[in-house]
Amino acid sequence: MTNRPKRFARIAAALAFACAATAAQAATEIVWWHSMTGKLNDIVNEIADKFNKSQSDYKVTPVFKGQYDESMTAAIAAYRAGNPPQIVQVFEVGTATMMAAKGAVKPVYQLMAEQHEPWDPKAFLGAVYSYYADTSGHLISMPFNSSTQVLYINDDAFKKAGLDPANPPKTWEEMAPAMEKLKSSGAACSFTTGWQSWVQLESFSAWHNVPFGTLQNGFGGLGTRLEFNGPVQVMHINNMSNWAKKGLFTYKGRKDEPLAAFTSGECAMITTSSGSYANIKANAKFNWRVATLPYYASVKGAPQNTIIGGATLWVLNQKNKENYKGIAKFFTFLSSPEVQEKWHADTGYVPITTAAYELAKKQGLYTERPGFDIAIKELTNKPPTANSKGVRFGNFVQIRNIIDEELESVWSGQKTAKQALDEAVKRSNEQVERFQKANE
Amino acid sequence: MEKRVVFQSPWLPYALVAPQLIITLVFFFWPATQAVYQSLLIQDAFASKVQFVWFDNFRDLFNDPHYLASFRVTAIFSALVTVIGLSLALLLAVFADRVVRGARIYKMLLVWPYAVAAAVAAVLFVFLLNPTLGIVTHLLRAIGYDWNYLLNPRQALALIVIAAVWKQISYNFLFFLAGLQSIPKSLIEAAAIDGAGPARRFWTVVFPLLSPTTFFLLVVNVVYAFFDTFAIVDAATSGGPVQATSILVFKVYQDGVQALDLSGSAAQSVILMAIVIALTVIQFRFVERKVNY
Repeated sequence: MTNRPKRFARIAAALAFACAATAAQAATEIVWWHSMTGKLNDIVNEIADKFNKSQSDYKVTPVFKGQYDESMTAAIAAYRAGNPPQIVQVFEVGTATMMAAKGAVKPVYQLMAEQHEPWDPKAFLGAVYSYYADTSGHLISMPFNSSTQVLYINDDAFKKAGLDPANPPKTWEEMAPAMEKLKSSGAACSFTTGWQSWVQLESFSAWHNVPFGTLQNGFGGLGTRLEFNGPVQVMHINNMSNWAKKGLFTYKGRKDEPLAAFTSGECAMITTSSGSYANIKANAKFNWRVATLPYYASVKGAPQNTIIGGATLWVLNQKNKENYKGIAKFFTFLSSPEVQEKWHADTGYVPITTAAYELAKKQGLYTERPGFDIAIKELTNKPPTANSKGVRFGNFVQIRNIIDEELESVWSGQKTAKQALDEAVKRSNEQVERFQKANE
Repeated sequence: MEKRVVFQSPWLPYALVAPQLIITLVFFFWPATQAVYQSLLIQDAFASKVQFVWFDNFRDLFNDPHYLASFRVTAIFSALVTVIGLSLALLLAVFADRVVRGARIYKMLLVWPYAVAAAVAAVLFVFLLNPTLGIVTHLLRAIGYDWNYLLNPRQALALIVIAAVWKQISYNFLFFLAGLQSIPKSLIEAAAIDGAGPARRFWTVVFPLLSPTTFFLLVVNVVYAFFDTFAIVDAATSGGPVQATSILVFKVYQDGVQALDLSGSAAQSVILMAIVIALTVIQFRFVERKVNY
C-alpha cells in the first residue's frame, strides 16, 4: 500500500509533464536525467531545489536513471521515441557519440547565446573546457562533475618501510625503489591502479605530452586513428609488467574495484580518481594522503597536465522552444561560483571554474583538507596541448574493453607490452573505423 | 475404432489458439524480424544516419578473431553449466525425494536461489571469492591455493559457471523432484524384490523413466546458458581476464546496450539465434530418440 501515493505522484508528474509540453504553463518543467547515486543524488536534488526556490518560472526535476551507460541508453531511446528529457548527464566516454549526433543535441554555447545569458565559457578551467569543445573551440555540453587521476599513499605503510610519507615519490623512477622497500617491509601489495586504461594510458599520454591518437587525440574529426603504442607508453607498460612479475604491482581489476584493496590496507599505493577522496576518508583506518600523479623525469616536457574524467550535461533538442530559456537559466545558476564551490567541497569532484577554485582557496578548504587541491593543480599544471586536451573516439566503450583485455594479457605474462599495445591499437582502430562509417 | 473429436465451428479452433499465436508473433517473431533487419544496417546511436549495408556487419564479425574465440568460450561455458547444473540438481532431487523428516524444509531451501536475480547471484559469489576481500579466498590462501580470478582465466570461468549453475539449480531441482515423484513406487519395489541395489535401481529404472524430464531440462538449460547469463558475466568479470569469460550473449549485451553499436549487436544476436535454433533442432532430432515417454 505504501507504493500507492508514490505511484500517484509519478502519474501526476507524468501528467504535469505532458501538460507542460503542450502548453506553456505557469512553471515549465525541466527534466534532468542523471546517474548520481547515494550522497551525490541528495546533493543533485539540493541544487535543483535551490534553483526552483530562486525563481518561479521553471522547475528542474532531477531523475536518477541508473548507471552512466544506462541513463545514456535511456535518453537515446527516449529521443528515438520522440520524447526526450531536457537535460541528460553523459559520461566522458560517450562524448564522441553525443557530439556526432548533430540534429539531436543543442550545443550549450548556442543555447546560451540565443537566450542572452551572461555566461562566459572562458570561466571554465582549460582542461575542463577543452575536453568538451568542438573543433572550432565552442563548448558543446555543460561541464558538471569532473575528476582526474592522483596517487594515494598509506602513510603507516610508508613509515613501516622506512619511507617518508611527507615526501612521496614524485616520478616513476622514484616509485620503483619505494615499491621495493614497501614489499620488503612486508606489504602484501605495494602498488595497484584503478581504471587502468584511463590512468595508465589516456591520462598518462597527456601527462607526458605524447599523442594517444592522431588528429589531436580525435578532437580533429572522425578520421582519427589510435596510436597509444608509442615508445613512451610501451616503456611504461613494460615497466609495470616487470613490476607485476616482481610482485610490486598487483592487478586488482578494470574499474573501481582496486580501491577496496587500498582502503582495506592491503595495497600501500594506488593511482586512481581524485573523486575517491570521500570514499577513502570514510573507509580507511590508517593515515593516508594524496600525492601528485608520478611522471617519468626522463621524458622531455613531462609533466604536462592530466586529463579529466566524469560527466557533462547535454541538452537534447526540444520541440517546445520555451524549455530552452529555463535550461539556460539553470545552467547560469549551476556555473555560479557558490554552487560550484559547494559541489566541489561536498563531493570531491574538482572545481570546474576558476572562480569556484578561488572561492574554495579563500574559504580555506585546502588548509582544512590537505591534498584536496592536488587534482586541480595537475589539471592546470600547463595550458593543454594537442596531446593533453583529452581523448575523443567513437565506440570508446569498446576501445576501453579492448585495452583492458590487452593489458590483462600483459599482467598475466601472455604478451609483452609492445605486442599487447600494438594489438590493442589495431583492434581499436577497427572500432574507430566502424564508428566513422556509421557517422559519415 | 478410433474416436476423433472435431470442432463444430470452423473458427473456434483458431480463436482458441489465437492468444498463443499473438503472443508468439508479438514477442518473438516481431522482435526477431527487427533484429534481422537491424543487422543489415549501420547506424549511429541516435539513428540520424542509417545506411543499408547488406552483410557488412556479419563480415566484420567473422573477420574478427576475437569474436570467433568467444564461440569456444561459449561452448565450454554452456556445456559446463548444463552438465554440472543437471547432475547436481538430480543428485539433490534424489536425496530430497528420499528424506523422510523435514523434507519440506529442504525442498523450500533448495528453491530459494531461483528468486535471486542473476546479477545479484554474481555479486554474491564475487563477495565470497573476491581476490581482496573474499572469505573463500582467505580460506584457499590458508591452504596454500592462490585464488585470483582477475588474472587466472580458468578461475574466472569457474566463477561464472558456479554462479550460473547455482542460479539455475532450483529450477532443475523442482522438475527433477516432480519427475521422481511421478515414478510409480511399484516399479522400484519390484526391482528391489528382484534383488537390485539402490544404484542399479536408479540407473535401470529411475533414470530411464526420468528421461522426458531430463530432456526437457537439457533444452531449457542450453537456452539458459546461451541467453540468460549475461548479467552474471557483467557483474562478475566483464568478460575478462583477457577474453576468458566473454560469452556470445555478453558481447551482444555489451555492444548493444552499453556501447550503443545497435547494428553490430543485432548481427551478433542473429548469429546467436541461429545457433540456438540449430542446437534445439539437433536435440529434438537426435537426443529425443533416446527418450522413453
